[in-house]
Amino acid sequence: MKILVAVKRVIDYNVQVRVKEDGTGVVTDNVKMSTNPPDDNAIEEAVKIKESGKAKEVVAVTVGEDKAQETVRKALAVGADKGIHVKVDGIIEPLAVSKILQKIVEKEKPDLVFMGKQAIDDDCNQTGQMLAALLNWPQATFASKIEVKDKSLEVTREVDEGLETIETGIPSIVTCDLRLNEPRYASLPNIMKAKKKPLEQINASDLGVDTKPRIEQIKVEEPPKRKAGIKVSSVAELVEKLKNEAKVI
Amino acid sequence: MSALLIAEHNNKEVKPFTYNAITAASQIDQDLHVLVIGHSCDGVAKSISEIPNVKKVIQVDDKIYENYLPENFTSAVIKNSENYSQIVCSANTFGKNLMPRIAALLDTSQVSDIIKVISADTFLRPIYAGNAFATVKSTDAKKCITIRPTSFDPAPTSGGSAEIAKGEKGEASTLTKFIKREEVKSDRPELGTARVVISGGRGMGSGDNFKLITAIADKLNAAIGASRAAVDAGYITNDHQVGQTGKVVVPDLYIAVGISGAIQHLAGMKESKIIVAINKDGEAPIFSVADYGLEADLFEALPQFLDELNKLNTIQK
Repeated sequence: MKILVAVKRVIDYNVQVRVKEDGTGVVTDNVKMSTNPPDDNAIEEAVKIKESGKAKEVVAVTVGEDKAQETVRKALAVGADKGIHVKVDGIIEPLAVSKILQKIVEKEKPDLVFMGKQAIDDDCNQTGQMLAALLNWPQATFASKIEVKDKSLEVTREVDEGLETIETGIPSIVTCDLRLNEPRYASLPNIMKAKKKPLEQINASDLGVDTKPRIEQIKVEEPPKRKAGIKVSSVAELVEKLKNEAKVI
Repeated sequence: MSALLIAEHNNKEVKPFTYNAITAASQIDQDLHVLVIGHSCDGVAKSISEIPNVKKVIQVDDKIYENYLPENFTSAVIKNSENYSQIVCSANTFGKNLMPRIAALLDTSQVSDIIKVISADTFLRPIYAGNAFATVKSTDAKKCITIRPTSFDPAPTSGGSAEIAKGEKGEASTLTKFIKREEVKSDRPELGTARVVISGGRGMGSGDNFKLITAIADKLNAAIGASRAAVDAGYITNDHQVGQTGKVVVPDLYIAVGISGAIQHLAGMKESKIIVAINKDGEAPIFSVADYGLEADLFEALPQFLDELNKLNTIQK
């Protein structure tokens, strides 16, 4: 079995994002970038399945500018066998990414495709489901547990009401939740070894996919700030304020 | 052209967020039709037909829709969406799972999780865990939009009498098999719609200690939330998680206990009307969004809080 894992380079989750003064986006210059957190879970899961003997190969793919390669290198350092970087500059929407991934799936013929359930930059939560639609594959989104069976997957999904369990055939798409596993760290020797693993570069334009944005970004602004609050010195004062000032209890 | 809202329900009852989604969708287009896909869901279709904002209900009823599998829903939505310029759904796990599958097949770039309707094609949506707001304009002829339910008031539930028409069924898919759903049953208000939410974080120290929170929630008729750290640690189940990858809540009163206030948690609660933080670390980022901060050991503060509440006899329910 072969598993394709899609990873995205985003602003690190610990960075306090700042909006550009001209309203065109957020500041990314000199800002720490990392792999989108649930994409790390997707890689980890694929590598674990390979280690259990149920998969032979893990391929990591990313779509983005040159520096997006860093996320593929990181995936290679934690156990992926091969990397693919589809180069495209500028804003690229989930619909275009899923069309690019569709081409990669047609070329690589994986049995499973994993990715994070949501990217923490645009918070769209679309790509996995869109790819599943384009391929007419089943989708198992927000996965917190994946069991690989003979010819199927049993996936536990985190939904608003609690947990849902579904069975999908193979091939299928799984989008991963942060609780799926504990991603490992790359060791220095493995980071060095990863530099020797194959990383194929493809230009998005060569795949014949229209990546032009369909959504016009008119402006990006700071959200309204909350008024500064106060510190209270005792529980009694807190309850008094909630009752008489805020009038919420 | 009109807007088509996909209703969320459990075949018996309309899910509360459908009412919020109806408000949003009718701001996009007043000629709002609602698609009810399900199994033996006549009651749901009838309830929705009584919402004054709704002009028409289209019901697609079949056994294959019992468990809302997106592989089946998608085809039914597409078959019934021909005459609509906007397809709308809540941005909760139901809509997040379903809408992109529809959008991709319609070759539409979806606009996710909008918090404001500016015009029929222009919307406000949070990005970067709510640290920036983007105004975006969709240029697709047919638009797919998911709305953040807590940013819109629920529509009134009665007074209307829309026509209920039968819709066309989609193709049945065998790609996915539903096995089970483990719903956490509770008599408490739902997290997403509760007037008061009290949440615990890693500082709670154990699942057992959540009983301190439960006692106060009982008193205030509050829903119980949690930070991701508390869920990851196994103190409480995932359906309680508030944050960027959990639920977004906008109660009148949000009480954060033993929660440091990571960006990802703030994303799920910082629009609450009044925020209270109880934390022994005076430097915790949660205090930067709190209207009332109490720097204290939660194990002392919570029992005192309960005592003080018990002294009051006028708690609003």
